[in-house]
Amino acid sequence: MLKTFLIVCVSLAASVDLAAAQAVVRVDAAHVKGPRTLNEQTRTAAIRDYLQSWQTLSNALAQNRADLLDADFVGTARDRLANTIREQAALGIRTHYRDRAHDIQVVFYSPEGLSIELIDTADYDVELTDGNQAVTIEPAHARYIVVLTPSEVRWRVRVLQADSD
Amino acid sequence: MKPGPLLLAGAFALASMQPASAQGKSLGLPKTVQAGSAFTIQSSGSGKATLYIIGLGEVLKRNVQLGEAQFFPAGSLNDAGHYLAILAQPGGEETESFDVVPASAPMRLSFLAKPSRLPVNLHDGITGAAYVFDSYGNLVVAPMPVSFELSSPSSTGQRDTVATQNGAAWTEMDSTGQQGTDQFTAQAGGVSDRRIIKQVPGDPCALKMSAQQSGQQIHLQTDPVRDCSGNAVLDGTIVTFTEAYDGGQSTVDVPLKHGIAEVLMPAHPGATLSVASGVVLGNQIHLGS
Repeated sequence: MLKTFLIVCVSLAASVDLAAAQAVVRVDAAHVKGPRTLNEQTRTAAIRDYLQSWQTLSNALAQNRADLLDADFVGTARDRLANTIREQAALGIRTHYRDRAHDIQVVFYSPEGLSIELIDTADYDVELTDGNQAVTIEPAHARYIVVLTPSEVRWRVRVLQADSD
Repeated sequence: MKPGPLLLAGAFALASMQPASAQGKSLGLPKTVQAGSAFTIQSSGSGKATLYIIGLGEVLKRNVQLGEAQFFPAGSLNDAGHYLAILAQPGGEETESFDVVPASAPMRLSFLAKPSRLPVNLHDGITGAAYVFDSYGNLVVAPMPVSFELSSPSSTGQRDTVATQNGAAWTEMDSTGQQGTDQFTAQAGGVSDRRIIKQVPGDPCALKMSAQQSGQQIHLQTDPVRDCSGNAVLDGTIVTFTEAYDGGQSTVDVPLKHGIAEVLMPAHPGATLSVASGVVLGNQIHLGS
């Protein structure tokens, strides 16, 4: 009985790690609005940087370290996540976001090339820890509206706003 | 092999972290809450519990008495997003999700206009894109008309009204035939933002020079240089005078000053004098032998 229980637990832990490492990603850029052509290299870079931002927010929220956000977030998105981290630290809690799947649509590339808007229907898990006590892991499914803006060498997330799909 | 205490502890911790939605209860909370509005969460049962509100924009934690309604005053959740309400009690967790939605009234526009300076008479030469935000900085995703207007003191303005899609709207407009400073405005729900667009003359349209010989030199001077809409081409624009003569060629670049360019060149008998600016060629003058 105990052996079976342990196997289930270890399998669960392994699958969580695997999911965190490799989210399933689907990208649709067939319906981009705007007069500017979004070339493949730009699209690939924007998607790559957006997916990286999920790892960054996951690490920042799990460790309550706002400084980790700077590489991938800017403006409102950065301010909000930093505020969340401050609130988490004050309350003694941490959250760990593990993305499992992203269904991304590129919906708008602004004419001057200074913003790309995505809609990401994401599946992810949220693990809540209060002090040293693991409270729960919750699966979540939401539609994220994302606005990326270019910085020196990469696209950074300026708006990250979710609602129910 | 016997599992060690650490491994067992980890196993029990994972077991207690099963998705709480499987508990089958439901929290009494609205599916959506407008950003900044007050709301109430109703729990059932008795005893003490901890209520967590978890989102990427904000987190809240509150010790609660089960069976009592939890009132969250206005301003508790201002950031639009998808939130989890987790009620943790000794018997397990109960979770539901809800959305904080943007306020419907816009408060700020993020208006990107380009370029800030361009030649006159350029079709779709000016572009503008606007993102609409509410008073809490949330992107207003409900469709909303955005009016774009390009106005200049000397000509009829251009207008375009575009409905936002996912919070964004964009337009393209032509630069007018008149040089000058135009205002490019985006407006949504009583909120507006303005950019200045400077329209400058285009390339010279017709370039004409005259020559006056004075001893061993010849004085070359253009007529006032204008673009095809009649605007005076900007001072500083380079005009190139070329003199081709038997066995040689001289070229002088001169910037426009007060709308004209002038230069003194050696007067070689039989020389051909020409004038150009950019890709625009002007007239030629042949000197007598």
